[in-house]
Amino acid sequence: MRRSRMFLLGGLLVALVLAGVVSNFASSHPDGLDSSLRAGCTFDADDNITGGSCPALREQAHELETGPLAGYGVRGIDNPYLSTGLSGVIGVLLTFAVGGGVFWLARRRTRNGADATAAPTGTTATTDPTGATATAARD
Amino acid sequence: MKTLAMHISNGIIDGPVAAVFAAFALAALTLCVLRGRRDLDDRLAPMAGLVAAFIFAVQMLNFPIFMGAVSGHLLGGALAAILVGPWVGALCVAVVLIVQSLVFGDGGVAMLGLNITNMAIIGTAAGYLLVALLLRVLPRTPTGLAVTGFVASVVSVVAASQGFILQYWLGGATDVGTSGLGALAGTMAGVHLLIGVGEGLITATTVVTVAKVRPDLVYALRGLRPAPAFPVPTTAEAH
Repeated sequence: MRRSRMFLLGGLLVALVLAGVVSNFASSHPDGLDSSLRAGCTFDADDNITGGSCPALREQAHELETGPLAGYGVRGIDNPYLSTGLSGVIGVLLTFAVGGGVFWLARRRTRNGADATAAPTGTTATTDPTGATATAARD
Repeated sequence: MKTLAMHISNGIIDGPVAAVFAAFALAALTLCVLRGRRDLDDRLAPMAGLVAAFIFAVQMLNFPIFMGAVSGHLLGGALAAILVGPWVGALCVAVVLIVQSLVFGDGGVAMLGLNITNMAIIGTAAGYLLVALLLRVLPRTPTGLAVTGFVASVVSVVAASQGFILQYWLGGATDVGTSGLGALAGTMAGVHLLIGVGEGLITATTVVTVAKVRPDLVYALRGLRPAPAFPVPTTAEAH
């Protein structure tokens, strides 16, 4: 269905701009959880704990902290704006692909047998049969 | 420099408690898949993928609260519940958290069950309860939907923050004592009340925009008596 496809493209475009551009203007202060866990400790300019006692004291490294996109940046790209923006763009596309893919596979197949056998995989699946078969079956 | 982290990091909660919540999250998500399949048709599936991608994007946009010393970001449970329903909505938030943990190093992999429980399960459930309640009493106008999105977001975010307190009570790695836990609960609730206001504004803006463009794509408006402002949230519209 054409209008649904336009809506999807428009929505994705908004998400890409937010994650790719606007993300560079986000606040870099600790978030609500992090700041709550840091209450009671003191920190130096590099954000290392210098004293006190707080839940954040026991924080350990992430299992995948050396990954190519760890910390919302692309390893090897020095420009911080480009690094953050590109990681955001990759993240949006990856989340859409993973989420959309899982939901597409898990979706309720229409009772129309022809549609169920045409088990779609790959890229054509997410774009092609959005409207026609579903609409037909609904009638 | 400390890298940006928005979710529970490794070491904050003991391993055994994290494992229990991982099992709980897995069971809850399985239920969401089973119930969500009833909602997931050819039209909702790509829409749900878009909701997940949109939540990922907006979670990157930390906004300042407390005059800038602390930041907050969208959790997305209420937004997802309104747009694609509670079951698929919880799965959307879970997908975001899994991608963030496995690819972006945000939220420990061992802590994934805790984060999913708080934001995907508790956050979406609390948000949807409010949505189901408010859409019954409020007028079906853009204002009614905006108020619904706003209130559902505030409640959802505060509820999610208290999920963490439950987890910290069960298995916090640093012993803060009963009074310390109470203080932590108060701090978390206060900060997340403000974050909830920010989330509420984002959610209200987003759902009203979608409802104006494509009311048939807003799950929470389905099956309700059509109002002049948002016509045709019925199946007949698709043609």
